[in-house]
Amino acid sequence: MRLALDIFTALAVAGGAFFFLAGTVGLLRFRDTLTRLHALTKADNLGLGLVTLGLLPLVAWPLGALKLISVWLFVQLSGAIATQLIARLVRREDPQA
Amino acid sequence: MVSFLLAAAIFILAMVALGLFRVFCGPTDVDRMMAVQLLGTGGSAVLLLLAVAVEIPAIVDVALMLALLAAFAAVTFVTSASGSPAAAEDATDSR
Amino acid sequence: MSMANAFDVALVALLLAIAVWVVVARAAFSAIVVFIAYGLLVAIAWVRLFAVDVALTEAAIGSGLTGMLLLGAAARLRGTTASGRCGLTLRIVAAMFCAMISLGLGAVILTPPDVVVTLAPAAMANLPPSGLGNPVAGVLFVYRAFDTLLEKVVLLLALLGVWSLTPDRLWGGVPGPQVDAGPDGMLAFLAQLLPPLGIVVAVYMTWTGADHPGGAFQGGTVLAAMWIVVIIAGLQNAPSIDQRLVRFLVVVGPAIFLGIGLAGFALADGFLSYPAGYAKPLIIVVEVALTLSIGVTLGLVALGTPQRMRRQ
Repeated sequence: MRLALDIFTALAVAGGAFFFLAGTVGLLRFRDTLTRLHALTKADNLGLGLVTLGLLPLVAWPLGALKLISVWLFVQLSGAIATQLIARLVRREDPQA
Repeated sequence: MVSFLLAAAIFILAMVALGLFRVFCGPTDVDRMMAVQLLGTGGSAVLLLLAVAVEIPAIVDVALMLALLAAFAAVTFVTSASGSPAAAEDATDSR
Repeated sequence: MSMANAFDVALVALLLAIAVWVVVARAAFSAIVVFIAYGLLVAIAWVRLFAVDVALTEAAIGSGLTGMLLLGAAARLRGTTASGRCGLTLRIVAAMFCAMISLGLGAVILTPPDVVVTLAPAAMANLPPSGLGNPVAGVLFVYRAFDTLLEKVVLLLALLGVWSLTPDRLWGGVPGPQVDAGPDGMLAFLAQLLPPLGIVVAVYMTWTGADHPGGAFQGGTVLAAMWIVVIIAGLQNAPSIDQRLVRFLVVVGPAIFLGIGLAGFALADGFLSYPAGYAKPLIIVVEVALTLSIGVTLGLVALGTPQRMRRQ
């Protein structure tokens, strides 16, 4: 059981790290502000989600797990709002974007 | 397991560092602002991994604090970027 | 090299690179964004040094509130024609000053004394009578309560300093921008969803400070941040600075702290000492009052000087 959970953690955290890599590559390589924004929020939030998922078996239940999930939910909320705000600003400053 | 988590933390830290290059290159200020987004997400991930690796649950509180205030810089930037018409126009945008 | 050491080396290398970048950055905006990054990395460094209370404060203030203040300042300066380059003499003097501090700190850290002087065991041993489990809270409210009281007064003085920059005709006015955003829209959504959750987190942060990292200052900072979000989104106007409620909230924390301190003359051994058995309840009362005061004070400091008079 412990081994199965450890493998699960390893896979989830590795997946999360991969998505962080994807997000950074997108941020650096995409040509356009809006596409970079897209890569940033989607990939990085998914990465954080996978990391959180992988760490769930390792923390105290229930309060520790609840805190971990609420961190992820807060980051998602602020990420979503900030992305919308930034995207609207880009659209306003450059209507052809 | 601890070493693996710390290695993942180093990797994500490196990704955040690479992402900061956008601050260097990014043609507009908006591109630079996006690096702060990356910091919020990446920093939270690093802190969560550290919290489990060194077994101090209080570090999750630091990540919680960071997550709560993550939107701040973006909100300030957007409302001050083109003056306060930003918020007024935001209200008239359809949802 | 163990993985923990590798992490520390990577963190320190990144910190140094970013610190250099902040100093040599050409555009103010780049420097500000990199400074916010620096604040976050320093918070992680505090975590690595096992100073989680300081990390909490650094994450909240260093990269949260300070970032917001600097971005606001940069926005205001954008319209001005100031060149922003200072003279060579000033820069050389600043560099020498910083170098002196760095060399001094390096000398102190790299040549430790033969016998390491530490009060940590004594601090932990004397904690139980106060009912606290967090040694940092013990230092703040039991051993060095006088310093904490003075720090809160300094915060008050900082607020007065900010208010003293008000032009005479605007005294008693309303700080912050005039935002007339309706209840729809993205910012309003954030300002409706985040503050209730933030208040829960603030209460948790203050409450858990007795036994785990946290405390009144961290809780107060979260409260201030939530208040600022509501004001920036335009859901509520900032209060004018001559309102009695505002001034009461700003003063109530230090006042209660001082009152309990003075009562120590009558009820216990002296100034700021607690009667036996009543230490924890008194400390909780002080912490709650301080959380409110710190929240309002930090929020007002971040909002700045009054910009307009209140509409009658």
